[in-house]
Amino acid sequence: MNAFATQFRRDFAISMRHGAEAMNPIAFFALAAFLLGLGLGRSTSRLDEAAGGALWVLALFANVLAVEGLFGRDREDGSLEQLLLHAKPLFAALLGKVTAHWMVSGLPIAVLSPLVALLVDVPPSGMFVLALTLLLGTPTLALVGAIGAALVAGTGRGGLLVALLVMPLYVPTLLFGSGAAMTALGGGDPSAELLWLAALMALSITLAPFGIGAALRVGQEY
Amino acid sequence: MGIATEWFRRTFHRMGSPRWFFAGSRGWMLGLYLVGGALIAIGSAWGLGFAPTDRLQGNSYRILYVHVPAAHLAEAVYVAIAIAGAVHLVWRMKMADLAIAAGAPVGMTLTAAALATGYIWGIPTWGTGWVWDARTTSMLVLLFLYFGLIALRQAVPRAERAALAVSVLAIVGVVNIPIIKYSVDWFTTLHQPASIRIGERPSIDPSMLWPLAVNALGYYLFLVGVVIAALRAKIIEREAKADWVRTWVQGR
Repeated sequence: MNAFATQFRRDFAISMRHGAEAMNPIAFFALAAFLLGLGLGRSTSRLDEAAGGALWVLALFANVLAVEGLFGRDREDGSLEQLLLHAKPLFAALLGKVTAHWMVSGLPIAVLSPLVALLVDVPPSGMFVLALTLLLGTPTLALVGAIGAALVAGTGRGGLLVALLVMPLYVPTLLFGSGAAMTALGGGDPSAELLWLAALMALSITLAPFGIGAALRVGQEY
Repeated sequence: MGIATEWFRRTFHRMGSPRWFFAGSRGWMLGLYLVGGALIAIGSAWGLGFAPTDRLQGNSYRILYVHVPAAHLAEAVYVAIAIAGAVHLVWRMKMADLAIAAGAPVGMTLTAAALATGYIWGIPTWGTGWVWDARTTSMLVLLFLYFGLIALRQAVPRAERAALAVSVLAIVGVVNIPIIKYSVDWFTTLHQPASIRIGERPSIDPSMLWPLAVNALGYYLFLVGVVIAALRAKIIEREAKADWVRTWVQGR
């Protein structure tokens, strides 16, 4: 628990000091939704049904772009190596790191998504559920994405490769997330999908840090 | 018991050495090509020429003699790659890594073949090539997972590091495959009309099943032969500076 809190406080403080950088994911999300609404010809009727799914795909892209640089700075200044050597347990420290990252990427997207949803004409009834699905789904995206970021850390290749590695693994989260949003927009009860999203989150919290740790160790070995 | 264990350990250790594997595998490769090729020839001729025509689908069902073995193998190869990845991470066997490198393009090709044949079969049967069915969707995800394995290996500069990274990715992928399959299955049962659920068609008649079984066995054997051939090529590439490779090349 201590390792979690220490790492979380450190990473969160660093993100806060780079204030503008922490705004990037949510700015990208809003901009992409704006372009989507514009590109589809500003006609409201065409977006109604698909809006939940479309916003989910945009949130997914925003997450991939944000998670890509998760380990870059720490690797450059050597603190990543120190983390791998000293953190006890590493599992908790990595979880703290990803949580801090989620606070500035997934959480703002989830909280502000109702505002963005206005751009693509999501009715008020669907906004709340959309925000809830993003709140439950983005931690999974961040954890799984961190495995990809850890694998690629230090190769000098970034964005596109991370996206290629982790987006297939995002399929379940996307299906349940957009499924819940679309069910709610259609007037149905989305609780089954929401429970599945929560289950995926619990699973990724327990498993993904092992994958992140293994991937980071690989990067240190040669 | 003691002798069997001893034999197994010796064989296992020898196969772990690229040099021993290279020296001993030529015969297997040729044998697998021969037996697998013969079985494919028999199964295909039987399936295409002599098996009865399907009452509902006509002759178009015959594509299953290619489609089913390819789809099965595509998944089996990914699981085999993940097992090799675990072996590589635990024991650092060079051969396990070379097996991943040799197997990934083969698996990707098979996945593409399964998708393509499925598409061709779907046009007359379903009226459309692509549907968001549970199996077609998870097959496409599998194709992307293979892309990832191949792209990661090329992106990581040092061969040893690339090998470990690919091993981790293969294991992460294999943990995710059941989750992906299950979620896609759940998703499509909500959104898909029941008429085109492949899983629920009536079971296949023995007169059509036998050639399929022969063909599938042939595919398996032949593909192991192909992977061994690819493995031999990787060994020569990776060990290019070793003395035994030079002697072997000069001896040709």
